[in-house]
Order: sequence, then C-alpha cells, then structure tokens
Amino acid sequence: MAAISVDGLRREFGDTVAVDDLSFAVEEGELFGLLGPNGAGKSTLIGMCCTLVRPTAGTAAVNGHDIRTERDAVRGSIGVVFQEPALDEELTGVENLVFHARLYGLPRARRRERVAEVLELVDLADVAGDTVDTYSGGMKRRLEIARGFLHEPAVLFLDEPTLGLDAGTRRDTWDYIRALNDRGVTVVMTTHYMEEADALCDRVAIVDGGSVVALDSPARLKAGLGGDVVAVGTVGDTAALADHLRGVGWVTGVEVTTDGLSVTVDDGARRVADVVRLADEAGVTVTSVDRRAPSLETVFLDLTGREVRTGGDSGLAEPAAVGGPGDEGWGAPGASSPDGGK
Amino acid sequence: MTVSRLPVDPQGVYALWVRDVTRFVRTPSQVVGALLTPLLFLVFLGTGFSGAAIPGIPEGVDYLQYIVPGIVGFTLLFGASFAGLAILADRDVGFLKEILVAPVSRTSIVLGRVAGGSTTALVQSLLILLLSVPLGFEVRRPLLAPLALVVLGLLAVTFVGFGIALASQFRDSQGFGILVQFAILPLFFLSGALYPLDQLPAAVRYLGLLNPLTYGVDALRGVLVGTSTYPLAVDFGALVVGAVVMVAAGAALFERVEAA
Repeated sequence: MAAISVDGLRREFGDTVAVDDLSFAVEEGELFGLLGPNGAGKSTLIGMCCTLVRPTAGTAAVNGHDIRTERDAVRGSIGVVFQEPALDEELTGVENLVFHARLYGLPRARRRERVAEVLELVDLADVAGDTVDTYSGGMKRRLEIARGFLHEPAVLFLDEPTLGLDAGTRRDTWDYIRALNDRGVTVVMTTHYMEEADALCDRVAIVDGGSVVALDSPARLKAGLGGDVVAVGTVGDTAALADHLRGVGWVTGVEVTTDGLSVTVDDGARRVADVVRLADEAGVTVTSVDRRAPSLETVFLDLTGREVRTGGDSGLAEPAAVGGPGDEGWGAPGASSPDGGK
Repeated sequence: MTVSRLPVDPQGVYALWVRDVTRFVRTPSQVVGALLTPLLFLVFLGTGFSGAAIPGIPEGVDYLQYIVPGIVGFTLLFGASFAGLAILADRDVGFLKEILVAPVSRTSIVLGRVAGGSTTALVQSLLILLLSVPLGFEVRRPLLAPLALVVLGLLAVTFVGFGIALASQFRDSQGFGILVQFAILPLFFLSGALYPLDQLPAAVRYLGLLNPLTYGVDALRGVLVGTSTYPLAVDFGALVVGAVVMVAAGAALFERVEAA
C-alpha cells in the first residue's frame, strides 16, 4: 500500500489555481520531496493532505484514509511540521510536547517515555524545562520536528523544514530528518532549496505552477540531462581534439569554449581520465580539468525554463513567506495562508 | 494510533485546560492587569456613592453591597473575553494549526477552551470578591456562598462560549479586540450591575432581559446579599439556558474555522 496516493487533487483560491489536478504516489518509508519555487502550490498540497485545506476537486488517501471522508483517521496517522512556527512560546519544551501527546491520546506512561525519547533524539533534553521563547530558531525547529514525530505517525509532513535557518543549523536539521526516516517514518517534505532535496530525498517531485513537472530520484532526474560536463582547459589543436571526441561513443556533446572544451559525458567520474588521455594522444596539452555534475537546479531550469530562487532571499522575493535569513520566523498575519502565499 | 470516535475527547479537553491554566499562572502581570479596571470601579463607585439614595435599591442595602455582585460579574465578563482573544492570538502565532491538525473533534477544542477560559475568569472574579471584603462588603448569607461559585461558573461558561463564537468570525485579533471593547460596556450597563434595570427606558430594559449577565448579577445578589429582583430559580434557569446556547453556538461556529 502506498503511504500517500494523490488522485486528481485540485484547489482553487478565487481565480487562482494553487494545485492543478495532481496525481502521484508516495511509497511507505520513502523520504519524498516536493521541490519548487514559493507559490508553486506545495504548501496547499500538504495542507490538503493533512485535512486543513479542503480540495476543490479530486482526493487523496493518506495511510489508506480518504482526506475528504476520513479526516479524523488521517489526522491521527500523520505528523505535521508547518512552515511557520506553531509552538506555544510561553510553555516549556516539555509542556509543548506533553500538550501534543495528550491531544494525540497517548497514555501517561507512553507519553513520558516518548517525550524523553524525542527530546534526546533532537538534543533538547538539557533545555526541555526552559520556556520556548528562550530557544534559538534552530532549537524551535528541532522541537517542532520532535513533536511531529512524538505520537509515532506513519507519515510525517515537513513544510520547508529549514526555511530561515543558517547553513550549519540546516545541515543538523537534515541529520534529524534522516534519523527519523531511518526509523521507518515516511517523510514528505517541501523545499525550495535544490541542494536540500538533492541531499535528503529518495524521490523528488518537481512542482511548478500547481503541477508536477517531473518525478524521480535526484540521480535519475539529473541523469536525464545527458550526463556530467567535463570542462578542460587546453593548449594546442583544440578543434581537432573536438572533432575526435565527437566520434567517441560515451561523449554526448562537445563545445569549444574560450580556453578549451566543454565535453558532456555519460559518467564524468570515470571519463575524466579518458578525456585527458585522448587529449594527450592528440598532442593537446591539458591545463585544467573541472567536472560538473548536473544539479537539480539545472534540471529545474531545463524543465521550466526558469531558475528557482534559492538561498536565503525567500523573505524578500515572497512578501507572504515567513522570515528571511533571520531566526525569528513570526511573520505577518498574512503568512498563515496555507499555500505560503501564492 | 487509535482515533477517538467520541465527539468529546476528555484528554484533549484536559490538555487545553492545563495549557490555559499554566499560561495564566505564569503571567501574573496579566492577572493583575485584568483586575485593575474592576477594582477601580469598585473603589470609586462603591465608596463615592456610599450612602447615596439610588432609586430602586432595596431598603437597608448599602450601595457597596449592591454593586459588588455587579462588579464581580463584570470581572468575569472581562476575563472571559480573553478566551476568544486567545483563539485569535493562537492563530496569529500559528499555534492554532497545531491544535486543528490534531485528531480531536472541534467540539473538544471548544470545550477545552471553555474549561480553561472559565477557570481563569472564575479565579479573577473570586479575587475581586475577596478584595471587596476589606472594602466593607459583607457576605450576608455565608451558607449560600457556595452557590455563588455555581453562578459564576455558569456565567463564565456563557461568556467564554460567546467569546469563542464571536472570535470564530474574525481572522485576526485586532478587529476582535475592538469589537470586544465595544461589547463589554453595554453588557455591563444593561445588566443591573450598577443600578436596577427598572430605571432604564422600557426598550432598553427589554434588551437587559436578554443579557445573561442580568441574571448572573441578580443571582449573585440573591445568594450573597440576600436580595434579588427575580426568583433564584428563574435566574438559575436563565443562566443554564444561556450557557448551553452560547457553548453550542461557539461549537457550531468554530466548526467552520479554517486553519489558514
């Protein structure tokens, strides 16, 4: 059984179509990424999967429960970490977790056990008795991830889990997400950070304009571009070398650049040496070698003809998106729009 | 994970209650702040009009004796209005989503909020009642005093329910805050808290008869001071009806709240 199967899901806000007849499935145990720019419809999609946003048309099954007709069953089987912080800052870390455990009906003994366990998992045991308003942005995010996992959901939704975190904290957060996934939880996360999807996800759905434009593992998505690019700086008869390379079976493309050649090959790691050897045989001196693997960034560019805005500029590019580079994610009230402000 | 099939999930209600009480205890400044306005009314009106002949007040009842139940009811109204505000504050900081995505029914959420908000409002009104004693208020019928708790509890439930019903119609706390400011004083003045309702023009007096606070204040007077306009049974009946209607309205309207 698929953990999630989305079937023709659609949501309109007024004249805007936020999610446009989506269909795909997420397998059990997968770490699944929804990658796309702000406003692509990722948050609306997650909102519908966790029953907070009602679909205009279509439906989805989460852990076998229909999101339209079995809302309580869906809610009981999932954990959610929202894009905007959803903690009670006047309560302590433990109090936030205990509140959550009670809402999810954990019996007392199990509750104590689990609260201690998840605090340990995200390294917050030492500060568990402090009120959350004393936590840093990264600590708050970790507490939320711990909370999402507290009641042992079959599926955990993470909406932009590292938005607004600095690079180091972001990498730590990735480790916690991996650790959860290793314990068998199906994780569905949205992100507009290419490298995040690449580093974490088993499979990635590239979402643009409310539609899935591609869905595969990061490696296969990148492989679809035709291979790695090996750029060699050369001195000598570069044009002759280029002609020679075009006749080689594993070369899929050759371009002459200002200081040498740009060669697209099937398997860059293995072929770098071959490119250098062929150059040598042709009497061309190689002055530099640079191998560039295709990134999801180039995949996205290839699929949509546009670049995804990356880096910490989301707050500037999207007025309704929470935060920005800083830790303090309390955005304007408008930021609570389910689609992250389309 | 088992999912509760009951419309009411006691553990969820309890969780919300604990949260409200924890926050209340942790912010003494808010508790004190909420007591200041009623205390000012009590001190200035109670002492300023002491001995004045206010028409309609029964013989032998000092004005302070007359208005303490009214001010206690006002405190409750004030405290209960914060429960509606709390829902919107939760929305402002994103915490409402955490509550709405949990597998508990909307009814449980409303009941939890009613329990928490009523408790804090009740504590505040009891504090005012206690503070009125050194100012000269005397409980004439101590044996009936426990009934006052029941009256205050019913009033608290009524107005917290009202606050939740109202808050469900707003998307942010600012608009709601302004409306509450406007709503509290008419409810207070049209309740017989400061003067008997018969002194008002007929049309306005009928409005007062629709105000649950009228019956709450009257019942408190009957129980604590020994004088009431309506029979206690009428007061209690009206309070129970008010509480049930308001909580049902709160639950019905909150049902439609979207997380966004």
